[in-house]
Amino acid sequence: MGYALNFNLIWRHFDKLWGGLLLSLELAVISIAIGTVIGLVLAVWYVSAGRTVRAIIAAYVEFIRNVPLILLVYLVFYGLPTVVDLAYSAPTSFVLTLSVYSGAYLVEVFRSGLEAVPRGQLDAGKAIGLTPWQRLIHVRLPTMLRITLPALSNTFISLFKDTSIASVISVPELTFGAQWINFNTFRIVEVYLVTTAMYLLTGYILLFGLRLVERRFRAAR
Amino acid sequence: MSDATNASPALLDVRDVSKAFGAVDVLRSVSLQVKRGEVVTVIGPSGSGKTTLLRCVNFLESYDSGSIRIDGKEVGYRDAGTRQRRSERDLAAMRAETGMVFQSFNLFPHLTAAGNIMLGLTKVRGKSEAEARQAAEHWLGRVGLAHKADSLPAELSGGQQQRVGIARAVAMEPKILLLDEITSALDPELVGEVLAVVRNLAEDGMTMLMVTHEMAFARDASSRIVFMADGGVSAVGPPKEILAAETSNERLRAFLARFRASHF
Repeated sequence: MGYALNFNLIWRHFDKLWGGLLLSLELAVISIAIGTVIGLVLAVWYVSAGRTVRAIIAAYVEFIRNVPLILLVYLVFYGLPTVVDLAYSAPTSFVLTLSVYSGAYLVEVFRSGLEAVPRGQLDAGKAIGLTPWQRLIHVRLPTMLRITLPALSNTFISLFKDTSIASVISVPELTFGAQWINFNTFRIVEVYLVTTAMYLLTGYILLFGLRLVERRFRAAR
Repeated sequence: MSDATNASPALLDVRDVSKAFGAVDVLRSVSLQVKRGEVVTVIGPSGSGKTTLLRCVNFLESYDSGSIRIDGKEVGYRDAGTRQRRSERDLAAMRAETGMVFQSFNLFPHLTAAGNIMLGLTKVRGKSEAEARQAAEHWLGRVGLAHKADSLPAELSGGQQQRVGIARAVAMEPKILLLDEITSALDPELVGEVLAVVRNLAEDGMTMLMVTHEMAFARDASSRIVFMADGGVSAVGPPKEILAAETSNERLRAFLARFRASHF
């Protein structure tokens, strides 16, 4: 055992990790927010649409779910600008990619939730004279949310971790920060130990927050 | 046809309504009238089309032919002849005039007892929150649940949930109340409290069409009883006549005999 752990160099460059973590969170929050809108809109559309629309939405979901995220990131960052006349920064490119990617997963979460809302509740909404839109807003979505919250938490945490892929196009998020420190100090064990701890801790805090929300909603089950 | 101008004395006028699910005829030319203030009970073996008939009255189910009018207005279609379906907005407005209470309560699980009642009052009737809350409290009081206004459905017993279901329906001040086997999902000891509420409403003159297996209640509370078999109306009459053991209607006699055998 000739290797002695020495964290001093890590602490000296800790701003790379801390700044990286903040950027990771920012990427995740923006992408998940956009992805949630995509997922909700498409899921609501899916359950009320005809066969053609369903097929198109299903194709989008299947495409995204069967292509590795890292490939999509390369495709959007290096591929897309060569085909269409667009210029965007690496972070923007990644947010775009992760939004579309998370949208596909969230469509599935929301769709299964919408389909799990008991028909009797929708009948009750009809019976008191609510219009289709009112039934969606006041009956179907609230129940869907309660049904999907656990799956939603898992998806959110998973998407947060997926921000590490942004390092491959040099977005200075947490994993990229770790790589930078590794290249410049060669303290590979220390830097990845600290980085792992940071991912873990952040993941736990997110999960804890989401579980609180779940508990609040589950009370009404 | 004199139908268009004939303001029928019946509040609910079901004429020759037929409906098939695939190859199965669930309703065969059903006709049935309910006058204002009347309580009409539909009985019959399971699969005889009772629930489907009830669900057609507020157009939770469509039907293939015939006409259903409430207060002279065709329910699901612009007119019975062209059978052009009403717009969703129209349908919603029509449904607001009929209250429905379900076998499985179907309360909105995310809303309190008062919230369940207020939803229709605020969104459909356009009442303010305060007015709706007041009405909700009034009706919860009427069904004996004034103290449960802020309880969620999950915190209520089946009988209490069903009483909220009734309050939710009547708070909309519907022209007619549809009750679909409202005690079938309840434990026996909770049936009485729900039926007591219905009896109260009947005494207040609420027009009701109900499907039930509670024969004693049907006998006591109904103006008339409709016996359905195989999707058709097999007998109609006052309770005493229909529930008489010596009826000449063979199917009804068999149904009642089977019913007595299993319930007493």
